[in-house]
Amino acid sequence: MIAAILRRIVTMAATLLVISALVFIIIKLPPGDYLTNQILELRATGDASSVAKAQLLVTQYGLDRPIWQQYLMWIGVMPGAGGFSGLLQGDWGWSFEYDKPVADVVGDALWLTLLINLTAVVFVHLVAIPAAIYSATHRNTFGDAVVTLLGYVGLAVPGFLLALILLFYANRWFGLSIGGLYDSALTNRPWTWDKIRSLLGHLIVPTLVIGLGGTAAMIRRMRANLLDELAKPYTVTARAKGLPPLKALLKYPFRMSLNPFVADIGNLLPHLVSGSVLVSLVLSLPTVGPLLLDALRSQDQFMAGFILMFVAALTLVGMLISDLTLVWLDPRIRMGLR
Amino acid sequence: MMDAIPAGRHFVDPAPFEPEAGPEGGAGNASAWRLIARKFLRHRLAVASAVILLLLYAIVPFVELLAPYGQARRNGDFLYAPPQGVHLVHEGGFVGPFVYPYRAHLDLDTFRRDYKVDTAAPQPLRFLCRGDGYDWLGLVHTDLHLVCPPENGTLFLLGTDKLGRDLFSRLIYGARISLTIGLVGVAISFTLGLFFGGIAGYFGGIVDAGVQRLIEVVRSLPELPLWLALSAALPPSWSPLLIFFGITVILGLLDWPGLARAVRGKLLALREEDFVQAAELMGASPARVIGRHLIPNFMSHLIASATLSIPTMILGETALSFLGLGLRPPVTSWGVLLNEAQNLAAVQLYPWLLVPVLPVLVTVLAFNFMGDGLRDAADPYH
Repeated sequence: MIAAILRRIVTMAATLLVISALVFIIIKLPPGDYLTNQILELRATGDASSVAKAQLLVTQYGLDRPIWQQYLMWIGVMPGAGGFSGLLQGDWGWSFEYDKPVADVVGDALWLTLLINLTAVVFVHLVAIPAAIYSATHRNTFGDAVVTLLGYVGLAVPGFLLALILLFYANRWFGLSIGGLYDSALTNRPWTWDKIRSLLGHLIVPTLVIGLGGTAAMIRRMRANLLDELAKPYTVTARAKGLPPLKALLKYPFRMSLNPFVADIGNLLPHLVSGSVLVSLVLSLPTVGPLLLDALRSQDQFMAGFILMFVAALTLVGMLISDLTLVWLDPRIRMGLR
Repeated sequence: MMDAIPAGRHFVDPAPFEPEAGPEGGAGNASAWRLIARKFLRHRLAVASAVILLLLYAIVPFVELLAPYGQARRNGDFLYAPPQGVHLVHEGGFVGPFVYPYRAHLDLDTFRRDYKVDTAAPQPLRFLCRGDGYDWLGLVHTDLHLVCPPENGTLFLLGTDKLGRDLFSRLIYGARISLTIGLVGVAISFTLGLFFGGIAGYFGGIVDAGVQRLIEVVRSLPELPLWLALSAALPPSWSPLLIFFGITVILGLLDWPGLARAVRGKLLALREEDFVQAAELMGASPARVIGRHLIPNFMSHLIASATLSIPTMILGETALSFLGLGLRPPVTSWGVLLNEAQNLAAVQLYPWLLVPVLPVLVTVLAFNFMGDGLRDAADPYH
């Protein structure tokens, strides 16, 4: 079991390494970069001290070196002007646009991104599992049709538009305040009960929107799994022997149908993270989404690179957790029989 | 020979024995594709979806003919005009399809334009008429339209946007781009998926391990941030048409792992079959074995999964364009149209700007239903 976990973690590290290379290539793809443009501009205005400062940044982050050296410095396996200082050492680079270290700019946004995604995962499961059980046990009834229809709509409506419309009506009908993650009056206050309540109120719309697409897919898959299990002879036997219906459902068939479901979290997570970025942009939530879009537009390369790495790492860690859950859930995997 | 058997002792059918032949050419001797078609046709929702999609795609070559206005035509006097209804009956008398004209005036308190419907003077629509000129398929210059606004009147079936452009016409123009982008994107991801899945499943070993890792990496990346990053990397100097192709390639580049996995799994199973060994012994090259003997075995599955990934592409394009990193005007897609409905003012004051979401919805649902039907039908022997 421990060997399996270790193997899994090593694979994850290797995957992250490949991803870091991909991310670096992508952020280097657009011709030109922020600093070069800025230096040209500063030269034109003749501001000597600013030019010197920009030049300092260039040497510090090795922007005048070959691209493979820049990459190695960025991930922190090659010493730059100030020794080893890269992602591995916890130095996430410099945001040229904000003229601050990336860590200072993203700060809280990381936690809020994590929070939103976590809420979305919980929401998906809380909704999808009961809905799927209902749908499978009441097959071909009106309720089943409604669940299926809602699922399909969740699949087909573009999340950003749903966010926009929900935002509007949540405000008009329920007085849910819109935009941001808490009331603007509370922005610089410490975390009090009021602030937490405000945060929870603001989380409703984003969670719904981010979760809906994933919920639809989950319901469909889980319903199919459960229907397969319910048709198997052991379920019939259990019922024939007089096991209470709820127990005959939850104890064996449900547990069996959870398996592919958990395995599927790997597919779900990238979608949720994607969705959270998109929805954050529309609802102007202070997550990494809007920061990423800004950084990409202004070619703030370290900022964009770090955020891309962060969302990828978030996804990978989520997948790792889902794999470990699977190991815990399914003895066949635990014993290495599969 | 047959005649030589003495008559009367046994009855022997002179026809050669064919174990496959059922009565009246039943399921036994129909080809696999025929069986798939038969099974698919029984799936009513899927068939209805297929018909809807056919109709939608039938629009694509004829957008200029079907749209009442040209895509760049601005009606300066009618900014943010609400949809105009088409009526048939005026004051108890049947007139044929007509619209009531708008009287626009600027409300100086709110600085909004008010449009009053003038129900006194019905204006009949014109059919097969002359309107804005266009080059049909780049070949024929013509100005024929299926339906035109009345003389000295307007026809805004879905209202107009902030520049006074007719939303209905732009929606039809947008259909061309939005519907094509899904097909082209899927063609790219299909090719990549077949290639990577093919070599992984056929060669196994190191190649397989490498491709598997690659699939893992691509699958664990959240699509949207990557799409954003890649489309931000498209040079701003590119023409809108080149951007269109760039975006299509980007959408296709990230979608292939699912297909590659399916191909690999099927190949691993089929590789052990006798007919593969036979082909190899006769000297067939790997490319021929994969392309000629293996892939046709599960082509139907591949088509079904490809159908199911088209909606992702369409939604992806919509999202990118909505965020302003996708297609750029004057290329019009449903996403570009929705980009203009991006603010709360649109939802509150000009809700008709949200209409482009309906065709997106219909297309995505239709592809999903059709894909489900195809997937069920793909294995006709089950």
